[in-house]
Amino acid sequence: MHLVLFFIFGGLCVAGALNLLLQRHPINSALSLIVVMSSLAVLYLLLGAEFLAAAQVIVYSGAIMVLFTFVIMLLNAGREERTHGSKAAYLVGFPGAAALLALLVYVFLSYREQLGGVVLGEYLVTTSDLSRVLFHELLLPFEVTSVLILVAILGAVALARKEQ
Amino acid sequence: MTGSLHLWLIPLVPFAGFLVNGLIGRKLPKAFATAIALIATLIPFLHVARIWFQFPSLTVPYVENLGTWIWTGSFHADFALQLDQLTMIMLLVVTGVGFLIHIYSVGYMAHEEGYWRFFAYLNLFMFFMLTLVLSENFLLMFVGWEGVGLASYLLIGFYFLRDSAAKAGIKAFVVNRIGDFGFLIALFLLIAHFGTLSYSGVFSQIAQHPEWQGGVLTAIALFLLLGATGKSAQIPLYVWLPDAMEGPTPVSALIHAATMVTAGVYMVSRTHIIFDRSPFALSMVAIIGAATCFFAATMGLVQTDIKRVLAYSTVSQLGYMFLACGVAAYSSAIFHLVTHAFFKALLFLAAGSVIHALGGQQDMRVMGGLRKKIPITFWTMTAAVFAICGFPPFAGFFSKDDILYQAFISGSLGKVLWFVGWVTAGLTSVYMFRLWYLTFLGESRAESHELAEHGAAVHARPDSKQVIEGEHPHSVHESPWVMLGPLVVLAILATIGGFIGVPAAMGGHDEIGHFLDPVLGSGAHAPGGESPGLELGLSASAVLIGLLGLLVVHILYKVKPELPGKLATQFRALYALLLNKYWVDQIYGALIVTPLLLISRHLLKGLIDRGVIDGAGFAAGATAQGFGAIVQRLQSGNIRSYAGWLALGAAVLLIVSYFGFTAHF
Amino acid sequence: MVPTSYYLILSAILFTIGVAAFLIKRNIITVFMSIELMLNAVNLSFVAFAHQWHQVSGQIFVFFVMVVAAAEAAVGLAIIIAIFRTRNTLNVDEIDLMKL
Repeated sequence: MHLVLFFIFGGLCVAGALNLLLQRHPINSALSLIVVMSSLAVLYLLLGAEFLAAAQVIVYSGAIMVLFTFVIMLLNAGREERTHGSKAAYLVGFPGAAALLALLVYVFLSYREQLGGVVLGEYLVTTSDLSRVLFHELLLPFEVTSVLILVAILGAVALARKEQ
Repeated sequence: MTGSLHLWLIPLVPFAGFLVNGLIGRKLPKAFATAIALIATLIPFLHVARIWFQFPSLTVPYVENLGTWIWTGSFHADFALQLDQLTMIMLLVVTGVGFLIHIYSVGYMAHEEGYWRFFAYLNLFMFFMLTLVLSENFLLMFVGWEGVGLASYLLIGFYFLRDSAAKAGIKAFVVNRIGDFGFLIALFLLIAHFGTLSYSGVFSQIAQHPEWQGGVLTAIALFLLLGATGKSAQIPLYVWLPDAMEGPTPVSALIHAATMVTAGVYMVSRTHIIFDRSPFALSMVAIIGAATCFFAATMGLVQTDIKRVLAYSTVSQLGYMFLACGVAAYSSAIFHLVTHAFFKALLFLAAGSVIHALGGQQDMRVMGGLRKKIPITFWTMTAAVFAICGFPPFAGFFSKDDILYQAFISGSLGKVLWFVGWVTAGLTSVYMFRLWYLTFLGESRAESHELAEHGAAVHARPDSKQVIEGEHPHSVHESPWVMLGPLVVLAILATIGGFIGVPAAMGGHDEIGHFLDPVLGSGAHAPGGESPGLELGLSASAVLIGLLGLLVVHILYKVKPELPGKLATQFRALYALLLNKYWVDQIYGALIVTPLLLISRHLLKGLIDRGVIDGAGFAAGATAQGFGAIVQRLQSGNIRSYAGWLALGAAVLLIVSYFGFTAHF
Repeated sequence: MVPTSYYLILSAILFTIGVAAFLIKRNIITVFMSIELMLNAVNLSFVAFAHQWHQVSGQIFVFFVMVVAAAEAAVGLAIIIAIFRTRNTLNVDEIDLMKL
C-alpha cells in the first residue's frame, strides 16, 4: 500500500519535473512545478512529516509558485525563442549532471542495507514536537529567519520599484 | 732586514695624481695640473732612486704583501709587490724615462685643450705600468697588463675628435685583447697545474721538478708568448703600433717605445724558468723575434711619415729583444731594453721637437735643411741615430752586439738568426740615416712646399686639434728648454748608457749581466767568455754593415738624389709591397675582421639576439596572451555555460572524493 | 515498507532533472523555477533521512530551507523584474554582459 502510494506520487513528481523541462511556455512550467510541490507534500506525509507537508502546500505551492505566476503574467513572458545556446552547457553540463546522477544512484544502491526502510507510521513528528525544538534550542535561528524575511521584503520592494 | 720599503707608494702616487687631475683637473689652473702631474712622477722616481742606493743591503726578493685579494678553496692570491734585481732595473727605466717625458710633455702639450686630461691619462699609465713590474704574482701583473692597454687606448685616441685617432685607439685595444686572451689561457693553465699564481709558488715548484719538460709547460709558454706578441707588437699582432702614432708624440715615446711595449719582454724574462723548460717555445720566441725584426725594418725603409719610420723601428728593435730571449740570453734582452728605452724615447722626443718646430709637419718629404735651424735637436737626434745603428761607443753598440753574439753561439738555428739580425742591422742603419738625411740635411724643401700648402699644413695640424688662426708663415724655431732638457739628458744616457754592459771580451765587466744573474740565470750557455775573438769579430762585422748602410744612404740621398725615384719605378712591385706594408692590414681585414663583422651582424645580432632572445621574450608574451584569450572565453557572462561547468565540477569533485584519489585515473 | 533508498533515488532524479532544466531553458523565470525544484529535491532527501534516523533535526533543516527559499524567491523575482525593465528581455543568453 505504502509502495503503491509512493510510486504514484513519485511518478507524479517525476512527470511534473519532466514537464517543466519540456514545456515551452513558462506558465506551463510553473503549473507543472505546482504539481511537483503538491506530490512532494504527500510524500512528506508518507514520511511522517505532517507539519512540513502542510508548510509545503501553503508556502511553496501557495505562496512561492503564486508569486512566480504573478511575475510571469506581469512581465508577459511568452514562448521561448530558439536562440543559440552555450555549447559549454550542453557539452560539459550534461555529462556532469549524468555523472552526478549515476554517482548518487550508485551510492544509494550500495548502501541499501544500511539505509533500511520506511514503515508507515513508525516515526511521526507532530507539530508540537517540531515547535518544541524550534522554540527551545533553536530560538535564535528562528528569530533570525524572521529578520531575514523582513530584509527580503525590503529588498524585493526596493528592487522592483518603478523608477521615479 | 731593513724596515718596510713602502713599495706601494711607487704605483699609488701616480694613481693619486690621476685621480686629482682626472676629477678636478679641468677646473685647475694649468700650473697646478702640471705640478700635480710632475710631482706624481717625481716622487716615485726619487723613491726608486733611494731604494737603489739601499739595494746592496736588501735581501731579495723582497716581498711586500698589502693584503689578501682572493681566497677561495685552494686558490689564493694577494695584493703583493716584490722587488728583485729585474724589478729594480725596470723601475729605474720606467720612473726615470717616464719623468723625463712628463717634463717634455709640459712643453709639447702646452697649447692643447685637453692638457689636464693628457696628464691624468699619463699618470694612470704610470700607475698600471709600475703595478705590472712590481707585482709579485701573475694576477696582479695581469691587472697592470690590461691597465696599460687601457691607458694606451685612451692616449692613442687622445684627439678623439679625429676619426683616424679613434679608430687607431680601438685597433690597439682590440689587437691587445687578442694577446690578453692568450695570457688568460696561460693563467688558467697555471692555476690548473700549479694551484697558485705567485711567482715564487710557480717557479719553486718547477725548480723542484727538473724532470718537467715540454708538455703543459710548452703550452703555457706559447700562450704567454701570444700575450707578449700582442703587447710588444710582434708578428702576428704588431699591426696596432704604426697606427698608434696618431697619439701625441710624448705618448709614442713613453708608451710605444720605452715602457709598455717592453712589458712583453719583461714578462718573458720574468717567466724564463717556464720557457727554459720548453725548447720548442724558446725557438718560437726566437723565430718570431727575428722575423719581426727583419720584416718591420723592410717596411720602415719606404715610410714617409717620420713617426711611422720610428714605429717600425720600435717593432724591429723589439724583435731583437725577443730574439735574445729566444736564445735564452735574457739579460741581453733586458740590457737592450734599457738602451732602447734611452735612444728610442730620445728619437721620438726629438722627432716631436722637429714636428713642433715645423708647426705640425710630419712628412719627411717636405723637411730638410734643419741642421742649422734647430741645432740642439739635431745633435741629440744624431746621438740617438748613432746609438740605434750600433756604432761604438754609443749604447746600442754594446747591447745589440751582445744579442747578436749570443744568437750566433746558440747552435745552427742561432747562426741563421744571427744572419737575419745582422742584415737587419744594416737595414736599420739605412732607414735611420735616411730619416736623418731627409730631416736635417740637404736643402730645405719646407719653404717651397709651405708657400703652396702653408694653409693646410698649419691649420690642419695633424698633431693637434687646435686650429691656429691667421698665423703667418711659421718660422722654424728651436723648442723651448722644457722640451730640450729631457732631450739632452737622454742623449747623454744614449751615449754612455752602454757602459753598464761592456762584455769581458772588450775589457769590461758586464755589470748589468752579473747584476741580473740571480734572477735571470745564466741561461743555456754562459755569457761571454767563450770566444772573445769571435765576439770581437762579430761586433766588427755589425759595425761594418752599419757603415755600409750609411754609405748607401749617402749615395741615394746626397750624391744621386734622383736614384731613389728611379729605383721605385723600376722595382715597382717590390716598392708597392713595402709601401703598403705587405698588405697585412688588408689581409687581416679580409680574413678576420670582415667575417667577424658578418657573423656579429647577421648571426649574432640578427639570428640570436633578435630571433632567439627577443623571440623568447616575445614568445613568452604571446603565450600568455594566447592562454589569456582561451581562458577569456570562459568568462562569457552566460549563466548556462557557468552552470554547465559547475555541474561538471561538482560531479568530478564528488566522484574523486568518494572513490578516493588513488582509485581515479 | 519502502526502502529509504527509493526516496533518495527519487530525490536524485528530481535534482538531476532540475540541473538539466537549468541547462536547457532559456527563459530566466523558468531557470529560477528549476532552482526551486532542486531545492525541493534536497528537502525530500532531508526528510527521508530524518525518518531514517529518527531525528527531528532533518525536518528542522527542511523548515529553514523553506524559509530561505521563500525569501530568495521573492528577492530573485524582484531582480528579474528590474533586469527586465533595463534589458527588455527575459532570454538568459542575451543577458551576458557583466556590466550594465
